[in-house]
Amino acid sequence: MTVGRTLSRGLGAFSLGLGAVQLVAPRRLLRATGYPPRGSSPLVMRVIGLRELGAAGGLLVQRWPVPFAWMRVAGDAMDLALAGRGLRARDVHRSRAMATFGALVAVTAADLATGVLITREAPAQKDGSLGGAKPVRKSITVNRPREEVYAFWRDLTHLPQFMHHLEDVTDLGNGRSHWTAKGPANTRASWDAELTEDRPNERIAWRSVPGSGIQNSGSVEFVDAPGDRGTEVRVELAYEPPAGPLGIAAAKLFGEEPEQQVSGDLRRLKQVLETGEVAQSEAVAGGRTIRQRPAQPLDAGEAQQVRATSNGHDGRSPARTDGTTPVAETRASDGSTGQPEAVTAG
Amino acid sequence: MLANTWQGRNTVKVQDVPDPTILNRHDAVVRITSTAICGSDLHLVDGYVPSMLKGDVLGHEFMGEVVETGPDVRNVRVGDRVVVPFPIACGQCWSCQHEMFSLCENTNPNAWMAEKLFGHPTAGIYGYSHLTGGYPGGQAQYARVPFADVNPLKVPAELPDEQVLFLSDILPTGYMGAEMCDLQGGEVVAVWGAGPVGQFAIASARMLGAERIIAIDRFDYRLRMAREKAGATDTINYEQEDVLETLRELTGGRGPDAVIDAVGMEAHSPHIDYAYDRTKQALRLETDRPLALREAIMAVRNGGVVSVIGVYGGFIDKFPMGAVMNRGLTIRSGQCHVQRYMQPLLERIQRGDIDPSFVITHRMPLSDAPKGYDLFKHKKDDCVKVVLKN
Repeated sequence: MTVGRTLSRGLGAFSLGLGAVQLVAPRRLLRATGYPPRGSSPLVMRVIGLRELGAAGGLLVQRWPVPFAWMRVAGDAMDLALAGRGLRARDVHRSRAMATFGALVAVTAADLATGVLITREAPAQKDGSLGGAKPVRKSITVNRPREEVYAFWRDLTHLPQFMHHLEDVTDLGNGRSHWTAKGPANTRASWDAELTEDRPNERIAWRSVPGSGIQNSGSVEFVDAPGDRGTEVRVELAYEPPAGPLGIAAAKLFGEEPEQQVSGDLRRLKQVLETGEVAQSEAVAGGRTIRQRPAQPLDAGEAQQVRATSNGHDGRSPARTDGTTPVAETRASDGSTGQPEAVTAG
Repeated sequence: MLANTWQGRNTVKVQDVPDPTILNRHDAVVRITSTAICGSDLHLVDGYVPSMLKGDVLGHEFMGEVVETGPDVRNVRVGDRVVVPFPIACGQCWSCQHEMFSLCENTNPNAWMAEKLFGHPTAGIYGYSHLTGGYPGGQAQYARVPFADVNPLKVPAELPDEQVLFLSDILPTGYMGAEMCDLQGGEVVAVWGAGPVGQFAIASARMLGAERIIAIDRFDYRLRMAREKAGATDTINYEQEDVLETLRELTGGRGPDAVIDAVGMEAHSPHIDYAYDRTKQALRLETDRPLALREAIMAVRNGGVVSVIGVYGGFIDKFPMGAVMNRGLTIRSGQCHVQRYMQPLLERIQRGDIDPSFVITHRMPLSDAPKGYDLFKHKKDDCVKVVLKN
């Protein structure tokens, strides 16, 4: 373990102990440090205790707790300000309070040193061009030939069929495309992207055009699965979320964790390529993952909406390119109404 | 339409919900004529399966008439009379192509949930928690049936509902339980649980050539059905006899060649281990009570097969792995790959090899579903199987 990490562990343990005492016995601690409890000061002490426990959690659990180390430094500044102001109060036990202030200064120094060290030691982000975006890697096996899977993906306009957050991808020609995505709370983002690599049946890579809003890049590899089981699809996506690391944390809170989103996207890719449709249950219809509906039939309006957006009902080209299952065919061929809607009888 | 819904632990309610409609191009809608309450529905109602939501429509054993088909459905038509298998299969993935339909890779929209609990996801199932997709169930007047070209089995008009309804789950499940025992003829098979699935496991073991079949339960009326209707040669009431001792006696000390656990996660036992597992389960320290499974493992002969068709949901304690390893046992298990067995079992019904309606003890309208659950759960009125009719 490096010096910075050892120090951060130590400070984490210190935070844990201190935070616990602050939370459980704020009055006693106030007296011991020379500041007799007064007014809201025990409550403030408790809040600081919570902050300490938060820092402890991060410092002890995370592999590279850089933000938490700096959070401690910020906390020290706050404590020094509070303790300094308190020194002027009349009922303060002066010698104890001075000792407390001295200890705070020493801890601040340790925190600063740790922050600097650990920031330097933390491994540099792999893809420097994305300014710290963490790549997501996922793979899935699709029971279709490699050529077919590649061809389907190579037409980037297919992506919204299985990538839930994408609303539309338009091909602008010359390897360029325009992407529109849905964000949390009905926000929308769009950007231009360009292909950076296109090895037929093997690999496709793309990245957003510099200065086009959301910075992101991605690649997909196609490999024959052993035992004639189709194609292994390996995806790597990296993006700079709208609000940085905080944006990721917020997205996780609402259940839209990037890892899970990508694996869901890949499952839908597999569904579209193998079966010609995205599996829908009434509980998840309309893209609900975390906050599901009860498993009950949808009312007519909702069902209509799901049909309109679900794959195969909106006139998008069929998944299959070998013609084995004509998924986009309507019932016109067997003499019914010809509407791409369900036929009701009785 | 009317549907029987989960309302929380130990409560079901028949309520009015919207009629199902086609959502995908391979869907069909079936007007349900008969549907049944399954032992595994009790696990949901008893609150042992996570991811249930208030209002979920229950039921995964149903049949009826196709009333609507999506534009890409080719193999069934409006007016066809069909039995619907409980696992939803796509027919196109590797698992389906290898006839492991309950492991379909494409039909569970909540695969991420199942993956967290089981390591890898399994197929969608009607009315069987959100872990298996959040599909509304078949204890209702209508149901949407995805991949209608792959799943429903057309059944001939001359066979009444009661003879073919159980092709949806419990007959194939019992049959697969016996098939996994690799019977060659002349074996002794012991079956834990003489509920509907156990009855069909017994009947199937007989069809597949077992010479002696021993049924184990605590209800004499169920053991009587096993002897008189299913074809058990011997029965053990575990509240009156020591199971391991009796099995040794009945098999000249060898133990049964194969054992079938048709009980699952809510087993009972008159011994102290019941209190142990019941307590741990209540405290959520284990999800399943594996009392029957432990006993079955200890009972089977050296080198024998342990076939598990009773449902388990999560984790068990005190699993006798030493017995499994040192005595060279084979454990086989799975949610039934119903689609694999429907056609051959329909033919057996047509030939008269088996009439599955013998397990039915209660018939009532769908609106009486809560009463049916009560009878079935508490084994009132000698209840074995409840069929709900529309």
